[in-house]
Amino acid sequence: MHPVRRQRLFLVLFIVLVSTVAISLVAYALRGNINLFYPPVEVAQGKAPVGQKIRVGGMVVEGSVQRSADSLEVRFEVTDYEATVPVVYTGILPDLFDEGQGAVAAGKLDEQGVLQASEVLAKHDENYMPPEVAEALEASKQRRMEAGQ
Amino acid sequence: MWTLFHKFGSPPWLYRLSGSILRWLLPLTLLALVAGAVWGLLFTPPDFRQGNSYRIIYIHVPAAVVALAGYYVMAIAGAISLIWRMKMADVAMRATAPVGAALTFVALVTGSIWGKPTWGTWWVWDARITSMLILLFLYLGVIALYEAYENKALAAKACAVLSLVGTVNIPIIYKSVDWWYSLHQPASIKFTGGTTIDPSMLYPLLWMIVAFYALFTCCLLLNMRAEILERESRTAWVRRLAAGE
Repeated sequence: MHPVRRQRLFLVLFIVLVSTVAISLVAYALRGNINLFYPPVEVAQGKAPVGQKIRVGGMVVEGSVQRSADSLEVRFEVTDYEATVPVVYTGILPDLFDEGQGAVAAGKLDEQGVLQASEVLAKHDENYMPPEVAEALEASKQRRMEAGQ
Repeated sequence: MWTLFHKFGSPPWLYRLSGSILRWLLPLTLLALVAGAVWGLLFTPPDFRQGNSYRIIYIHVPAAVVALAGYYVMAIAGAISLIWRMKMADVAMRATAPVGAALTFVALVTGSIWGKPTWGTWWVWDARITSMLILLFLYLGVIALYEAYENKALAAKACAVLSLVGTVNIPIIYKSVDWWYSLHQPASIKFTGGTTIDPSMLYPLLWMIVAFYALFTCCLLLNMRAEILERESRTAWVRRLAAGE
């Protein structure tokens, strides 16, 4: 390779390397802010600010969803299987919101550690399958559990 | 190999080659897009949780995948332009930017339309979506920077540096859902390991990704041909072409 071109090649590699290092450092410094939500364990450890608007995300605990009989108020708990945060929300939940599924709730933590949510988003996972396959998987899981007992 | 490399630097040769490629690739691409869309929309089962709304995946994912890959095409063309000062590399870089911007825009818009019924919001500032928005601005920035210079050689140099700096964003977009807590779910198709999408839904998706790569190639070549003709408008071969000889 011609020496001038080789020098330009090094310049190209230098540009890519330096910008990668610079942006990695910025991303590392801002890592807490890049996260969209706090997992419940960080809320339990007191890392999430009280009285400020935050987001908490995790799985909705099975059997924890309680709907009010006379209003749109709904109570549920989100967990990351290490800690659990209770959530109160008044409004319409997204279609995919369900027990045992992911959800992100935005709101303020009160003194009792309950998240007074102003917005609840459903978080779906990366699995896609036809309903029949899902039913077959569920049935085989049931059979395995019965065989285990 | 080097003679082929130098041939790519010749505008009339590239113009003729792209013409003969487009003659069969363009109809084939349009056919593949229609076939893939019909396959994905009508002949795949609904999803067990999302029902029919997941079908937008057949536009959203291919557009996003090719928008990311297209950025590398632009950056590599930029590197060749910087190192070898090859005018046709400038043309390729300049021609990629609007195609990539359009694909990124499609990915963002379809993602937003998909997000409303599934997540419950049109937009959220999570790592995946924000880094994808930065990609759109990088593409638009390359277009704007190129137009800002009178001198084409200077414009190509500036755009090449910008597109090289921007390559950092591509692995960030790809890994954002693994590195940070985001609303966007992790990838269903991985380079390593299995996929988490049922084969009956996966094959039309892979088909559409290939069709979008072909679409990207067609748009890139068409853009390059227009740019070549504009740059070479005073040369003898373009005059002969215009006269219909």
